[in-house]
Amino acid sequence: MSLFSPTAAVSYFFNYFLMKGVLVTIGLTVAAVVGGLILGMGIALLRMSSNPVLAGAARFYIWFFRGTPLLIQLVVIYSGLPQLGIKFSVITCALVGLILNEAAYLAEIVRSGFMAVSAGQREAAWALSLSPWVTFRRVTLPQAFRLMIPPLGNSINSLLKATSLASVISVEELMRRSDMLMQEHFQILEVYAAATAYYLILTSVWDAVQRRLEKHFGRSSAAKTRRVAASAPVAQASAGARA
Amino acid sequence: MQPQLREVPAVRMEAVYKHYGDFTALNEVDLKVAKGEKIVVCGPSGSGKSTLIRCINHIEKHDEGLIYVNGVELDHQRKNIDAVRRDTGMVFQSFNLFPHMTVLENCTLAPMTANGMSEAEARDLAMHFLTKVRIPDQAEKFPGQLSGGQQQRVAIARALCMRPKIMLFDEPTSALDPEMVKEVLETMKKLAEEGMTMLCVTHEMGFAREVADRIVFMNEGRVVEQAAPEEFFKHPKSERARTFLDQIIH
Repeated sequence: MSLFSPTAAVSYFFNYFLMKGVLVTIGLTVAAVVGGLILGMGIALLRMSSNPVLAGAARFYIWFFRGTPLLIQLVVIYSGLPQLGIKFSVITCALVGLILNEAAYLAEIVRSGFMAVSAGQREAAWALSLSPWVTFRRVTLPQAFRLMIPPLGNSINSLLKATSLASVISVEELMRRSDMLMQEHFQILEVYAAATAYYLILTSVWDAVQRRLEKHFGRSSAAKTRRVAASAPVAQASAGARA
Repeated sequence: MQPQLREVPAVRMEAVYKHYGDFTALNEVDLKVAKGEKIVVCGPSGSGKSTLIRCINHIEKHDEGLIYVNGVELDHQRKNIDAVRRDTGMVFQSFNLFPHMTVLENCTLAPMTANGMSEAEARDLAMHFLTKVRIPDQAEKFPGQLSGGQQQRVAIARALCMRPKIMLFDEPTSALDPEMVKEVLETMKKLAEEGMTMLCVTHEMGFAREVADRIVFMNEGRVVEQAAPEEFFKHPKSERARTFLDQIIH
């Protein structure tokens, strides 16, 4: 038996059982991003509200979910909650855990994006009699979104890999199925080489998508940063810090 | 154009106060501006000039006193604030153009969304005012591709597209390189000649002398004196105005 069999690694890469795990990983990621963004937007709005109770509740939420490991959150939802009579299917547990956790991070990204849009933009919109909705939809949101893309991309990259933690509560995603194959055939390096390749492909695809998004939403600002770089240090600093 | 004092004044402020914590930004301010009148507000920094004109379109909320704009009371009710903002246009020190929209889109957004104008109509209107500020050829560019002076002229055109009756200028040339100040002041002069009611916070005393009907001098949140430019520059009544003029007129 050789030290490492490339042919075995390749055959694991094309293993149908493993491929279905990849699909589950993608599904978990997409669902958690969508759910996390919706919940995260809501939490960000609460966090920015002038009502101290709502803002406090949002702060507590963010503090709690960012301050505890996702692994514990998943295990508590899967094994802990049934003790209180609350029971979900495995996949629901994984989704609830991932969404609740991701929302806390995305809420802070959304908030920082909106805070980086200068107050002057809102004042100009008021002075022009724009309605609050038009101000949000046409003035603040597009500018905030452009600032959110780099940290958002980073967060989604982390989330993609964090879905592997769902293997612990027996969700048969890429990691779990790799474990299963490994225990069956004991070709540890070969199986994980295939899994590693899949994670790299997924993160690379996401990188490419993110670059296109940045390019698309950065259209007008390429010229802007050249000329008025001095007036936009906030945007650049926040993007740089997270990259 | 002669100010017509018997009409409803364009702006009327009575005993207006504005506080920021312990700081009093506006201290019992009374001011009346007739339709068609051009006012230049000046004074040392922190004297409340910007706060004064930002209260007129409720970008800043006054704490006490009465403000009427074209007879509408600014009483913090949504509908009155809207009415007042439709009557006033504002130009900011830092331009505040929308950086993600072209010059044309900056000008058409408010007419289309707030006035329900069609795109074609709004475009014609925008081009009319862009021509007036002499930059129709920049319509498809983004603000970041223009010089400061051009950006400020776009900001003026954008405000005019809502056909305001009163224009508020908050230090419109303070953020500009010296060689661009003139083009913006020329645009403002043209507007003044057409009879627009204008309130302008500025340190450009040449502009004040030439265009203003009245200078309002502020210090520590109060209107210290008001006079025609001739009078104000030659015989300032207050000691504070004298030292201020000594410092800015070299």
